Amino acid sequence: MRKKKLVSLAFLMLLLLATALYGCSSDNASDNTEGDSGDSGDSGEPKVLIFGRGGDSVSLDPIAVTDGESYKVTKNIFDTLVNFGEQDTEIHPGLATEWEAAEDGLTYTFTLEEGVKFHDGTDFNAEAVVANFERWAAGNADQFPYYGSMFGGFGDEEGHVIESVTATGDYAVEFKLKRPQAPFLKNLAMSSFGIASPTAFEAAGDKFGDAPVGTGPFKFVEWKRNDSITIEKNADYWVEGEPKLDQVVFRSIPDNSARLNALLSGEIDLADGITPSDGATVEGDDKLQLFERPSMNVGYLGLTTTREPFDDPKVRQAMNHAIDKQAIVDAFFEGRGEIAKNPMPPVISGYNDSIEDYDYNPEKAKELLAEAGLPDGFEMELYAMPVPRPYMPDGQKVAEAIQKNLADVGVTAKIVSFEWATYLEKAANGEADAFLLGWTGDNGDADNFLYVLLDQDNIGSNNYTYYKNQELHDILIEAQTEVDEDKRNDLYGKAQEIIHEDAPWVPLAHSTPLLAGGKNVVNFKAHPTGSDKLSTVDLE
Amino acid sequence: MLHYIGRRIMQLIPVLLGMTFIVFLIIRAIPGDPAQVILGQQASEEAIKALRTTLGLDNPWYIQYFDYLKGLLTGDLGESLRTRTPVVDEVWPYLAATIELSVFAIIIAVIIGINAGIISAWFQNSWFDYLAMIIALIGVSMPIFWLGLMNQWIFSIELGVLPTTGRENVRDPVDVITNFYVIDTLITGQFDQLATVLKHLILPGTALATIPMAIIARMTRSSMLEVMRSDYVRTARAKGLKMFWVVYKHALKNAIIPVLTIIGLQMGLLLGGAILTETIFGWPGIGRYIYEAIGFRDYPVIQSGILIVAFIFVMINLFVDLLYGLVDPRIKYD
Repeated sequence: MRKKKLVSLAFLMLLLLATALYGCSSDNASDNTEGDSGDSGDSGEPKVLIFGRGGDSVSLDPIAVTDGESYKVTKNIFDTLVNFGEQDTEIHPGLATEWEAAEDGLTYTFTLEEGVKFHDGTDFNAEAVVANFERWAAGNADQFPYYGSMFGGFGDEEGHVIESVTATGDYAVEFKLKRPQAPFLKNLAMSSFGIASPTAFEAAGDKFGDAPVGTGPFKFVEWKRNDSITIEKNADYWVEGEPKLDQVVFRSIPDNSARLNALLSGEIDLADGITPSDGATVEGDDKLQLFERPSMNVGYLGLTTTREPFDDPKVRQAMNHAIDKQAIVDAFFEGRGEIAKNPMPPVISGYNDSIEDYDYNPEKAKELLAEAGLPDGFEMELYAMPVPRPYMPDGQKVAEAIQKNLADVGVTAKIVSFEWATYLEKAANGEADAFLLGWTGDNGDADNFLYVLLDQDNIGSNNYTYYKNQELHDILIEAQTEVDEDKRNDLYGKAQEIIHEDAPWVPLAHSTPLLAGGKNVVNFKAHPTGSDKLSTVDLE
Repeated sequence: MLHYIGRRIMQLIPVLLGMTFIVFLIIRAIPGDPAQVILGQQASEEAIKALRTTLGLDNPWYIQYFDYLKGLLTGDLGESLRTRTPVVDEVWPYLAATIELSVFAIIIAVIIGINAGIISAWFQNSWFDYLAMIIALIGVSMPIFWLGLMNQWIFSIELGVLPTTGRENVRDPVDVITNFYVIDTLITGQFDQLATVLKHLILPGTALATIPMAIIARMTRSSMLEVMRSDYVRTARAKGLKMFWVVYKHALKNAIIPVLTIIGLQMGLLLGGAILTETIFGWPGIGRYIYEAIGFRDYPVIQSGILIVAFIFVMINLFVDLLYGLVDPRIKYD
């Protein structure tokens, strides 16, 4: 009797469960389209590309932000006056068809593309360009951070490089600079300086980032915060035949493994932030392809030069000899990167390839330590990055490898780690003996690495090692205004020699960030700056 | 009854006030400068200083705290330092996403948990009892991260029946009205979308339900075992009432009260503690919203986000307390 009731009860529960599940998955057929519709390249079906990435954008007004996730989207909504190359940072025409720089580097005249319209239907012309620069110059570091850091300030400020921007014709704009700025064109190509519709930003005020209007290949449609951003084809795009896609959806999926799962199940077509260890999985899957982003970064071990014993260059050189970089690149970058010997990657013009790297040589390191009066080594704290970054996929493990290398030369390193914002603050305060960190370039210019990371002007911000060298400072400042490319490269070559000799860092690696996509994604070219223009990408 | 509710709500004020104070102190005690984080590594010293001034971070902490409280009194939850949007304006979609997920999870947890508990108690020491309790034990100790990724692997990649992440099919987006997608699709009458939305709920919902389900099952079982031994149950059985009714009608009514408390607490925990689930399943909920705000030192978002979650938490508990009276008429409020 009892048994019978148990059976009937179990049956009842099963029924209940089945009903519930049925309700949830009633029409399998209609829903399976979710994974597959991207595959159909028929002209009837809209081509929708879904791009999975780690985080959401902060704002879609490119001048108001500094984060890469915002630029990934704005790059496709806005155009810049000049463009970077497909996979490099050479300067190509953008909204400006041609330009002329005066001999003294103080005047630039741009000729603009005619017949271009903003997404709101207003005309793009010289007035619009002037209005954009006026808006930025009237702002402050809090509103438009990159304008200030790239052009030296705002309005009447002493450091502000741009003296005036004037429309000299309907489609001609003249920039007058207070002093020559070597990376001026490269700065203009940065995603931050996308030209926006003056009508739209005047009407929207500081809400412009919620409904951006540019001239780019895609128009803004919808933003569901922390979830997805949808942009659709700009049918009147001024570049013939572009864009190929009808719609692009940027989805934020914070977890790396979950993002890869979403790609494997076909819910997304492209995935950013593939870890080196997942690279092999992607390559082994015949439905997927792996994309390599050309490296424009550096991962390094910084040695705080104001703290003992790292105030002695010999000790810093000893560290360079003690660490087996090749082993680190092989093990933790899975070979997807190259050993760094300079503070900037080889793709950047001015890279000094004649520098001979410190070889991995523990004996030499011990000798140098002995010369520095530390024959028995010393104790130190080693900061390990708590978050993965393209330039440092696993800070903890790299730190452990370094710890082992240092133990071999008698140095006892204690690994410590903090939550990311705390980590950066402590390092910026000079509280770390040695710390792992890195940098991804903004505009592909040597100044953006050497001056920003190692000049005495940037102690307290990005010069975390407190490294100070007057000779280097003079060279870097000179290079900023040197418009002759060869002379400028010579200056940077010299700068790298000084840095090599003083060794404030142990440069570790220039990594190759990875992306993955379905086999049906064609023409996707990952850009070294991290923001990819999707106007030529297509789905087959 | 009304008097009781009034008194309980009055008691909330010191609780929430104390909470704002503690949260305020903790987030300011951790190092890290919001201005620096917002402006990024490239920012200049002056830019950071200027931003600190605009954000009011220059003032001593107690002035900042009283400014914050003043704002709260007028319904101003502050403005996100990162997006420059008032928290009140941006918090709802996140909150709704989390509520939808938590409610779905708690429904699963309650239906399965209570029934498993009852049957285990009914057939104590049977194979079902052992099995259910072993599963429950595994459930409470389950690492959600692992479970979530495994479920994605099995149901999305291998079987291809459920989506891995997100709330909707982005190729066919839901028209947002209330931000509860289940309700929105019902309002617009898009039943195919409703099915998609429910499918998106299943994996994160079951992952989130695992632990509460196990806890509820264990609680129900022990509570039922106690009641089943009481005299009135024996009487009910002696007079020949069917066992099913004895268990589900007579015994359950007395056994459910401690279970209700647990359900209330678990529901509250789900609201704030869904960060892991939200991260793995790319769910744009409030847990992730607050968690990311911590990384950015977005003080107003952290403060007000936690305040909102805490408020809902205590409201659920108040609601559960009132529910006792409905379930058990012997309980009186005065």
